[in-house]
Parts: sequence; C-alpha cells; structure tokens
Amino acid sequence: MNGELPRWIDIGLIPILNLCMALLVSGLIILAIGEDPLQAVAIMVRGAFGYEEGIGYTLYYATNFIFTGLAVAVAFHAGLFNIGGEGQAYIGGLGVGLILLAFDSVLPFAILAPLGIIAAAAFGAAWAAIPAYLQAYRGSHIVITTIMFNFIAAALMVYLLVNVLIKPGQMSPESRVFLPNAHLPFMHEMLAGLGIQFTSTPLNISLIWALVCCVGVWAYIWRTRWGYELRTVGFNESAAVYAGIRPRRIVVATMCISGALAGFVGLNEIMGVHHRLLINFTAGYGFTGIAVSLMGRNHPFGIVLASLLFGALYQGGAELAFEVPTITRELVVTIQGLVILFSGALAYMSTPWVTRIYRALNRPAVASSEV
Amino acid sequence: MEEAFVFAILTATATVRVATPLILCAMAGLFSERSGVIDISLEGKMLAAAFAAATIAAVTGSAWLGLAGGVTAAICLALLHGFACITHNGNQVVSGLAINILASGLTVVLGIAWFHRGGDTPSLEAAARFMPITLPLADSVAGMPVLGTLYSRLLSGHNLLVYVAFLAVPLVWWVVYRTRFGLRLRAVGENPTAVDTAGISVTWLRYRAVLICGVLTGIAGTYLSIAHNASFVRDMTAGQGYIALAAMIFGKWRPWPAFGACLMFGLLDAIAIRLQGVHVPGIGEVPVQFIQALPYIMTVVLLAGFMGRAVAPKAIGVPYVKER
Repeated sequence: MNGELPRWIDIGLIPILNLCMALLVSGLIILAIGEDPLQAVAIMVRGAFGYEEGIGYTLYYATNFIFTGLAVAVAFHAGLFNIGGEGQAYIGGLGVGLILLAFDSVLPFAILAPLGIIAAAAFGAAWAAIPAYLQAYRGSHIVITTIMFNFIAAALMVYLLVNVLIKPGQMSPESRVFLPNAHLPFMHEMLAGLGIQFTSTPLNISLIWALVCCVGVWAYIWRTRWGYELRTVGFNESAAVYAGIRPRRIVVATMCISGALAGFVGLNEIMGVHHRLLINFTAGYGFTGIAVSLMGRNHPFGIVLASLLFGALYQGGAELAFEVPTITRELVVTIQGLVILFSGALAYMSTPWVTRIYRALNRPAVASSEV
Repeated sequence: MEEAFVFAILTATATVRVATPLILCAMAGLFSERSGVIDISLEGKMLAAAFAAATIAAVTGSAWLGLAGGVTAAICLALLHGFACITHNGNQVVSGLAINILASGLTVVLGIAWFHRGGDTPSLEAAARFMPITLPLADSVAGMPVLGTLYSRLLSGHNLLVYVAFLAVPLVWWVVYRTRFGLRLRAVGENPTAVDTAGISVTWLRYRAVLICGVLTGIAGTYLSIAHNASFVRDMTAGQGYIALAAMIFGKWRPWPAFGACLMFGLLDAIAIRLQGVHVPGIGEVPVQFIQALPYIMTVVLLAGFMGRAVAPKAIGVPYVKER
C-alpha cells in the first residue's frame, strides 16, 4: 500500500496473516457450535488430501475456481469489478449444453471438444459484453449491472430448462444426457490409459485447460500490447487516453475475456461432469472466484494456489459435514465469507502495524544507511 | 365490476406485504449510498436480522425482544461494513459481498447447531410475532361499499412493521431533505473533501449513515421472519435485498421514487403468482420467470440511460482519505 515494505512481506506475509485471521474466526465459530476446531481441521485436511478420491475432488473444485478466479483477476487489472462470474458461468454452460445437444449425434469428439470450448467462451463473453458495453458507452455501473445479470441468467436458465430443454416425461428440470462422444475424458480414464490406477472422481481434462488458461492470462496481461493497454486503463484511465489507448474498447474486450473464462466453468461442469444441462450447477463458484482472485493477488500463480486452498476447503468441508453431524456444508460458505472479508475488504488492516514492527526491527539498518 | 374490485384489493394487499421489506431496505440503502458508501449487503443484513429475530423470539417468546435482536444483528454487520469501508478504506463491494456470503452461511450453521431443523427455526406462537392490527372502526365500516372495503381490507389488518415501513418513507424524505444531518449526508456523498473542509467529520457522518442502514435492514429482516412469516427459513430473503437495491437505484437514490419502485416491484411479484399459466390476450402465456426477472431488466435498462438518467452520488464507492 505504501510501498515501504519489502515484497515478501507485501505479497507473502500479509496475505497469510489475513488468511490466518479468517481461519481463527472460523475456529471460534466451530468452537461456538460446540465442536473441536483442531479436530475439524484434521478431518478437513485428511478429507481434502488424505486419499485419492479426496485429492480428485479437491482438484475438480479447484478447476472451477481457477476459471472464475482468472475471470475476476483479468477484470480487476483493467479496474473493473466483475461480480457477474456466476451468471457468465451459467450462460457459458448453456452454450456448451446447446452445442452438445444439437451436434452430439453427428460430430465426433475431436470436433465437439473445441466446439464446446468455443461455445462456453462465446456465451460467457456475450453475457459479460452487455454490462461491459453499458459501462463503457452508456455510463451504467458495472457492479450493479453484473449483479442484475446474475439474476437474469438464473431466471433465463430456469425458464429454458423447465419449459424448453427439459427431457420429455421427466419431473426434474434437466436436459437429456449427452451421447458418450460428447463427454470430456475423466482424469482417471486418462491415467488408466497410461497404466496408472486412480479412483473414479469428477476430475477431468478441464483441469489441464484451466492451467493452459493460467499461462494464457499471464502472457496476455504481462507480455502483450493488449495486456499493457489493459493495465494502463486500470491504472489511470485519463493517462491511457493520452497514450492513445481507447479505454472503452479495452473495457469491452477485457470483460469479454473475463466472461469467457468464467464460461469455462460450464465446460468443466456440463461437458466434464454432469453430461447434461441442469439448473444451479454453478453453485456459487462465480462468487468464490472473487475470494480466489483477492487471495491470489490477481496473479495466475497466486490464483492456482488460492484455488487449491478453496478446493481443499470445499472437499474437506464436505468430508467434515459427513463425519460431524452438527456441521454442514454451510460452514464452508461461512469460512469463504470470512476469507473474502479479511483478505479482501480488510486487506490493509494489518499493514500499519506490520509496517511499525518492520520499522522497529530495521531501525539500526536505516540509521546507518542515512549516515 | 365487483369481482374486479375485489381482485384489485387482493392484489394491492399482496403488493403491500411483499413491498414492505423492499421499502425498508431501499430506504436503508439510500442512507448508506447517499453518504458515499456502496451497500450491496442489504441482503445479508436482512437475512442475519431475520435469523436473529426468529431465534430470540423463539427463545424468549417476545416479539419486541425479537425485533431488538434483529436490529442488533443488522447493526453489527453494518458496523463491520463501516469498519472495513470507512475506517480501513477497504473495497465497499468486496465488503458487502463478504457480508452477504457470511450471513448466508452463518445463519444456517448456527440454525442447525441450535435448533436441529436443517437451518430453520421453530414456529412461533402469536405472542412472539407481530400480528395483524385491526385499525379502529375497520370492522364496523367493512360493510360500506368501496371506501369501507378499502379501509378495512387494504389499510387495516397489517402488522405493525408494515405501517413502520410506510411511515419510514416520509420520515426518510424529511431527514434527507429537511434536516441539517440530511444536508450534510447528501454533501458527503457528493464531495467529502468540502464537508471535511467545513470542519465536519466525514467518518462520523458515514458511520451514522451506515448505522441507520443497519437499523432499517434489521426491521426488514425482523418483518420477514416474525411478522410476515412465523419462523426463519434458510435463505428466506431470496434476493429481496438485491431487488431493494435495484429499486433504490431505479428511484435514482431518492426516497419517493424509490418507494414507487418498491411498490412496482412488489406488484410485479404479486402479479407473477397470479399470472402463472394464465393466457394474456395478444401476448400468450407470460413466463413467470420473465416477470421475476423484470425488476432486474428494468433496472439495467434504466441505468443504461434509456429511461431517463440515473446518476449515482458522485463520491460513491471512493474511500475518503484525508490529504496530508
């Protein structure tokens, strides 16, 4: 914040401090409902990393968080707050579903897979493009419009699944199951192909696509002209205008990329796991992306780490809910809220006294360098 | 004719019931946002208040203690929002989002731990709720045509908090436009530096605005769980906090237009239930999801400047940092 602290404190120590505070409060909540926090942590860690199935689920959740985390981060770099990842992921999944429902009987997997990627990206981007256009050209606030678009997406999906896409003769609002040639390969299937045994989990090839996206986002933001323009707009819009950059176009382009990344959640969920279109498959992943991005300091590498943490939290939380009857999955939601609070809204709370301690520890060195 | 009149009265009554929490929350958001603090956490505060009110009413059997508990819970979250946004210059949207997520998780976690009903609270008896009030003479004039029906069916027979919500609107208007505090409140949302230069504390002004926001969302949540319903049900706010936010923006951050927007959105909700499966001449069957999404669509269209201009307070979302 004040540029006085060395990098390792600013991007290493302070985020960890914030996370610790969030976990401390979470521990107090577990204590308040009469359970043992340390035992809970032990169950969560074992549930998330202790055995093959747990690891598979952790990585499967992490895949979604990498996508939504990157989506939020890209927008952040341009000074935009994309709170609509949830809706963009939902519509991205719709795109995947529509393409697969239309073509799964005529096209082979080799064509369906790229088509699915393109559909997820295009639909997600389109859903983000409208708020972006309205922000850039009509002056409406992107936070509010993306919130509204989350609700509009939810209503649209319920309408489509209840009235249009529902499999005939069925009560629950779901489409028919795609044919097997439209399923992304599961990780355990691919590992079996290599001769490695792995328990069956929802983890699929989307994880690799997520890592590709990480590298792509890193290269785009820090190694291309467009990324430079994007960061310039985020840093100082009027300076960007003087540099010959057109901020409006950057806003729309950035939000399209952001929406496309969020749309890939649909790829993982619809094409990778559920193999049919259904409602509420986004399950709050879009909102978690905000926490992931904040914790990962908007950098792809940090986002991968934060995604792993949240993936472990989700999977460990499920295990915890299974083993301890008084604890439910909502505990994870609570912890998530606390993480967003401490590493997002209160991110700079600890900075002043960390600075003070740092100064106190380094006073002799500073004094000698002044002489 | 008679039938249409009864239908209109029924719809209007339903509208009033649905609009009450929207009105309270929209007024709450108005205070916060007019002071320059974005508040997307109306939803979370209302949810926490609904849970606290139902819990305390269930334990003590007193509706008034329930109200006190609900308001206290919402004030705590409002202070948290203030602490993050005003004291620590945190991002206001992030803070609001954190509060919403925290409330949606914590209410269920605590509800299950305390009541073992899957996140719901036990049903309340009449004494622990705000029950409908019959206004004086309502029963004796009920037989009179039109006016009597209007009085006894539409004006009378609501619970106390409904009247509080409707009285809050003129009160908020008066506070915001006719008092010194209101003038300063509007000023601090437009130009905090000027307010600071005049020797008025920006921090204290904004904290007061956030506190009022907490009180009003607290009443709204209390209304949901112990007046309109007889218990807390998990996620019972179901996006109403966001609808209220939309209504406040739709009303261009002004009390009366926001009130109108709340009534309109309430009416849409009341109609949506009745229109289910009904063929509207010339249009066909209107999907109920479309009517549910209409408040959001209308707000987006308004914000886009296609229905007049909605201009937010100028300093909204920007933490105030004194220049050194």
